Amino acid sequence: MATTLSINGKERRVDADPTKPLLWALREDLDMPGTKFGCGMGLCGACTVHIDGNAVRSCITPISAAAGKAITTIEHVATLPEGKKVSEAWIALDVPQCGYCQAGQIMSATALLTKTPKPSDKEIDAAMSGNICRCATYLRIRAAIKQAAGIAEVVEA
Amino acid sequence: MSAVLDMDRRSLIKATLIGGAVLAFDARMAFAATKPGEVATVINAFIRINADNSVTIGAKNPEIGQGVKTMLPMLIAEELDVDWAQVHVEQTIADEKRYGPQLAGGSFATPMNWLPMRQAGAAARQMLVQAAAARWGVDPASLTTGGGRVMQVGGKHAVTYAELAAEAAKQPAPDLAKVALKDAAKFTIIGKSQIGVDTPAIVAGKPLFGIDVTMPGLIHAAVEMCPAYGGTVRSFDDSAVKGKPGIIAVVPINSGYNPKGANDAVAIVAQSWWAADKARADLKIVWDDEAARTYSSAGFEAGADAAFGKGPETSIVNKGDADKALVGAAKTVNARYHYPFLAHGTLEPQNCTALFKDGQIEIWAPTQLPQPGRMLVAAALGIPLEAITINLTRIGGGFGRRLSNDYMVMVAQIAKALPGRPVKLIYTRTDDLRHDFFRPAGWHSFEAGLDAQGRLIAFKDHFVSLNRDGKPAQGATMNPTELPAPLIADVSYGATFLDNNVPTGFLRAPMSNGLSYAFQSFLDEVALAAGLDLPEFLRRTLGEMRTIKGGEGPQAVDFQTGRARAVIDKVCAMANWQGRSGGNGKGRGFAFYFSHRGYFAEIADIAVNSGGGVQVDKVWVAGDVGSHIINPINAVHQAQGSVIDGIAQTIIGQKIEIVNGAANRTNFHDFPLARINAAPQDIVVEFVRSDNPPTGLGEPALPPIIPAVANAIFAATGKRIRSLPVVPSQLV
Repeated sequence: MATTLSINGKERRVDADPTKPLLWALREDLDMPGTKFGCGMGLCGACTVHIDGNAVRSCITPISAAAGKAITTIEHVATLPEGKKVSEAWIALDVPQCGYCQAGQIMSATALLTKTPKPSDKEIDAAMSGNICRCATYLRIRAAIKQAAGIAEVVEA
Repeated sequence: MSAVLDMDRRSLIKATLIGGAVLAFDARMAFAATKPGEVATVINAFIRINADNSVTIGAKNPEIGQGVKTMLPMLIAEELDVDWAQVHVEQTIADEKRYGPQLAGGSFATPMNWLPMRQAGAAARQMLVQAAAARWGVDPASLTTGGGRVMQVGGKHAVTYAELAAEAAKQPAPDLAKVALKDAAKFTIIGKSQIGVDTPAIVAGKPLFGIDVTMPGLIHAAVEMCPAYGGTVRSFDDSAVKGKPGIIAVVPINSGYNPKGANDAVAIVAQSWWAADKARADLKIVWDDEAARTYSSAGFEAGADAAFGKGPETSIVNKGDADKALVGAAKTVNARYHYPFLAHGTLEPQNCTALFKDGQIEIWAPTQLPQPGRMLVAAALGIPLEAITINLTRIGGGFGRRLSNDYMVMVAQIAKALPGRPVKLIYTRTDDLRHDFFRPAGWHSFEAGLDAQGRLIAFKDHFVSLNRDGKPAQGATMNPTELPAPLIADVSYGATFLDNNVPTGFLRAPMSNGLSYAFQSFLDEVALAAGLDLPEFLRRTLGEMRTIKGGEGPQAVDFQTGRARAVIDKVCAMANWQGRSGGNGKGRGFAFYFSHRGYFAEIADIAVNSGGGVQVDKVWVAGDVGSHIINPINAVHQAQGSVIDGIAQTIIGQKIEIVNGAANRTNFHDFPLARINAAPQDIVVEFVRSDNPPTGLGEPALPPIIPAVANAIFAATGKRIRSLPVVPSQLV
């Protein structure tokens, strides 16, 4: 069965079981491995994408539920104004260690800044609490979000 | 002893023996084939000079987030005398004959490569200088280098490395041990923060990790492993699986853990991993696991109690007469401590890709230890080592989990069953948490004696942990040099290793992560009995500045009391430590630990809320890892990450329990990892530079934070944390 998805502004056709999670459609059917598999239960945030601007866990989102909605992935996030700022801050502060969770972190951070351009410390922690970083780069995640939002001194690596 | 455990451990030990030795690489062997159409010249195993005068440098070690893919090429680039902006970094394949030891573990990369990588860069520079000297007919000593060019001092000649590369490649390769190295005062790359070489690609979502490997015709495998360790497949019924759309094969395999050699896992191979994994529900397997199911956490707990009643079975160190000294002590202190099994929980689940064709296998592996993986695959497939090619991928977290190569040996068997078809095996999160090589649980029964002046005069520990095939299990050992043994006259450490079948292994700062907690928490109790805070008690116990030999041979690591004192003093100054302080739910704790050649002292400020929850507000870290911090930004990040990793082990409920011979955790709801709210507001890191060769930073900042937080909880609440993880209800 085919499902048509709108991904990063393009219509993409996926021939798969409609219950297949969006994560696996991206990774296996559409050759977009930037979105990561971490837990399969929406617990770690590594698979975060935007659906109609909201940060969503693609590992628990069937493609049938994503059809007809605007999906944005890590491969395209830097084309969004907030996504560009977030991506640049992530590089400037060298946020990643192993890097595996960072696509999901960047998607959540971009969704946060799009809705809340100047988040408080509490708002940052709350918005990012669904994204696990096993290397624990959290101090830099906080700093990079502030830098992207223009609410902190610019820190050069 | 299973093949996986034994080979991996032997390899790690062998690798440590090579530390500091000259790398025996063939200078004329390419580290990677020059791409078709690319104009480039191979200078040695690590260096290719490109036509545009950029330089491609091979990074030989697996990158697990410790920053080694940036750090090792920095060492080469420094001595090659190029600008960092000229450098491209390329991951090498696994080939120890060309590159020397290739592993990510033990914080070994810095001590093992500080000289060899610089020598590789310096050798190439020397060949370039010789080529220029020959071209111009001048003395090489009259030439200098910089920015990827050779220049005549005060003279008319200057030429880029690119222009010289072909001639340089024909120069005799210098003796690496004799090649001249830069004066450290002239370093322009070492000591300057460099962004991770893969950071832009990570941020752009580019495929880098093992799980991202793809190629035409790729098929996918999910695997059902016997839940109880050591159990085997008695029979299986795949009739409900084979008819499903997209299913390609069902393949019984051996995880490598089972010493009997019988199959203990069944793989389902499909066009999609999601489909393969879903089909597991319809696979009926009967396990032969009656003996395996007898092991449990409750059983180990009872075993530890019984062991404490009987006394140690073996001695670790025995000097003087600790029992007699305790009888004569003015004060004695005793307590028992416990820490649980832990999983690694790398965020990228275990995975591996392989293609078997014409008796050869090519593997794409996120492994910390490729060489033992090659040996396991050779043995499992009955093919020679030379028939195995291992490509190293970026790794989504190591923490010691990927020192074991279970995923590699399993995917190799699946690939052999489906020749010509590339296959990728991925564990689910539940597979990953249940089929880990766990940090072994440990128990300690301590007894210490103080004289009338509050000096430590006697110390005893009965350490209880787990065995495996008659030997201490991997990660369940303790050294006779564990402090305070070398510092006092009357000491006895003994051990009992309980009968065990649970796979164990190395978790970041292995042994040290548990031992630091137990010893530094207990020493805080002893210091209190002596009327002192822990920093002052340790200063007095460390005594005069001296070097304490860590044993014999190249593996031995000496302990310098002066370096310990320096980081203790440093962190106390950083945090303005004023002695024990705390109460009303707020407290400050201190601990020191020496591991992986690094000296670290840490102070934590914590708060306990009305529900017993603990929040770490701020942490100070002082560390001594030698004369140079090679990549400062990454050094600070490694220390900060280690601190939060240790906080997670202490206060967020991390614990694996064994029930019916199997781990009972399934995902991040029942085995939590640190989230952003567990991170302190700040972690201040400073390094004390000492006149010692640089050593690694992946691990040694982790151990002290665990007892520092536990000691801070005591300061805040008066409740001593004698078992991990901290249980909030006990703090209310």
